[in-house]
Amino acid sequence: MDTGGITVLARDLRKRFGGVTAVDGIGFETRAGECFGFLGPNGAGKTTTMRMVGGSSPVGGGTLQVLGLDVATRIREIKRRLGVVPQDDNLEQDLTVRQNLQVYGRYFDLPRAVLAGRVETLIDFVQLRDKAPVNVRYLSGGMKRRLLVARALINEPRIVILDEPTTGLDPQARHLVWEKLRRLKGEERTLLLTTHYMEEAEQLCDRLVILERGRILDAGRPRDLVKKHVSREVVEVTASRAIRERVVAHVEGKVAGYEMLEEKVLLFTDDSEPLLRDLIGQKLERTELYARRATLEDVFLKLTGRSLTE
Amino acid sequence: MNGTVLGISLRGAFHVWQRNLTVYKKTYKINILPNFFEPVIYLVAMGMGLGAYIRGDIEGFSYLQYIAPGLIVASAMNGGTFETTYNIFVKMHFGKTYEAVTATPVNVEDAMVGEILWGITRGIIYGTIFFLVTAVMGLASGWTSLLVLPVIVLTAWMFAGMGLLYTSYVKIIDAYSYYYTIWLTPLFLFSGIFFPVGGLPPWARVAAWFTPLYHSVNMSKGVLHGTWGQGTWIDLAWVVGVATVTSTWAVLRLRKNLLR
Repeated sequence: MDTGGITVLARDLRKRFGGVTAVDGIGFETRAGECFGFLGPNGAGKTTTMRMVGGSSPVGGGTLQVLGLDVATRIREIKRRLGVVPQDDNLEQDLTVRQNLQVYGRYFDLPRAVLAGRVETLIDFVQLRDKAPVNVRYLSGGMKRRLLVARALINEPRIVILDEPTTGLDPQARHLVWEKLRRLKGEERTLLLTTHYMEEAEQLCDRLVILERGRILDAGRPRDLVKKHVSREVVEVTASRAIRERVVAHVEGKVAGYEMLEEKVLLFTDDSEPLLRDLIGQKLERTELYARRATLEDVFLKLTGRSLTE
Repeated sequence: MNGTVLGISLRGAFHVWQRNLTVYKKTYKINILPNFFEPVIYLVAMGMGLGAYIRGDIEGFSYLQYIAPGLIVASAMNGGTFETTYNIFVKMHFGKTYEAVTATPVNVEDAMVGEILWGITRGIIYGTIFFLVTAVMGLASGWTSLLVLPVIVLTAWMFAGMGLLYTSYVKIIDAYSYYYTIWLTPLFLFSGIFFPVGGLPPWARVAAWFTPLYHSVNMSKGVLHGTWGQGTWIDLAWVVGVATVTSTWAVLRLRKNLLR
């Protein structure tokens, strides 16, 4: 079906659980070949949205089409072309790596020979060749996550849903998973990624939406969002409250904005060097200055606030 | 491949059944041994131990012969029940197996039908082994005794459906001890396996009639004791009816529970 390259289309999408509104009228569209991110604190509605796309949670209201098909009526066809990497490990613990892929491939009615070939290709792709005959219960967290990625690819999906794919992994394991995920992009495949790691979103996402309490706060390319809401660079000033207030008064009009925190103040600027020189010239006692590139995390915290939402 | 019956993809159900078989194959060597011991223990303890004190015969059979048909269907009951109670609960809440399965073209309802089919399969394994032990002991003979196999299948189906229905209400795993002690144990003792229900007070006889295992025992005796009569057809209808209703109800409820 020709959908003009749009793979997932949501309009005024809603979902309530009892009295709690999990998704409150969101709209987005994803395209073939891109990684589309859903960022937000816990409880923002990321996972619920993913579950609706994957058909494991009925749509509460609005429109949701996947590959041009309505999820309410065509879910079997949609799931045939969808891959899901879940948040929780739901591998078959009593079966080996290879058996996990075989059993999962059968659910898609793949012909035996096709399945056998894909199982071996995917074992190599996620670098689990040595572990192929090993029971899943003996794998490390990172290996299990790679196997979940491999499993999600068994049907050569057009869309892959990645629900917090690296939560709980150590840095080495996380980078290995990222590397695999980057290789999935292109090939006209759409990746839908939820995460609360800003770095992950910056590493992988072409476009993203920032969610809070079931609503979209903003959407766009990571760099554009940073430019729009913050600036290119950030100078962090760690000092006493009095000095921080002096600094804020001094830079008023010279910076793109600032954000006062508990122990430091963030100054947003497009060029940190003159600002730094200026501040050093102020001879501030016991003050630490730190200049860095602005990140999505700055945008995220600015938009969603710094207090815990739970 | 897209064929569905009443909205159920039978291929999807079959793949879930296959999944269970794959897992079972890895553990059956440990699992299957108790299936042999259980009937031997019961037949020896009750049939030979207790039976030695029972003078004369019951309804024309030795005590050992009398209890064998009921014990066969009771073991089918256990097989069907265990799969759709503890095993499914663990898969649902600890293994998150159905989240994985339903991310594929297999829907919740297909998966649950697959589980019922697997429960029946386990009941067949339990019941058939028991039957073979009784046959070896000379308690079942002649080709017609093989007709006990469909009785095993129906019994396993009925208890798989009932277990699944109970599972659809269970929130914590300890709730199963009620199902086992307050429901299955009395069924086991008062369904005419060890003594004729006719000897009970009238109210208990009526109560027994309404319990499911009683009708399975009647059918099993009907086949193995050669007492199949008009009343046995009513037993058959009773078992098929309960199996159909509980299975359907359970699948509908679990679809609602799991699709949130």
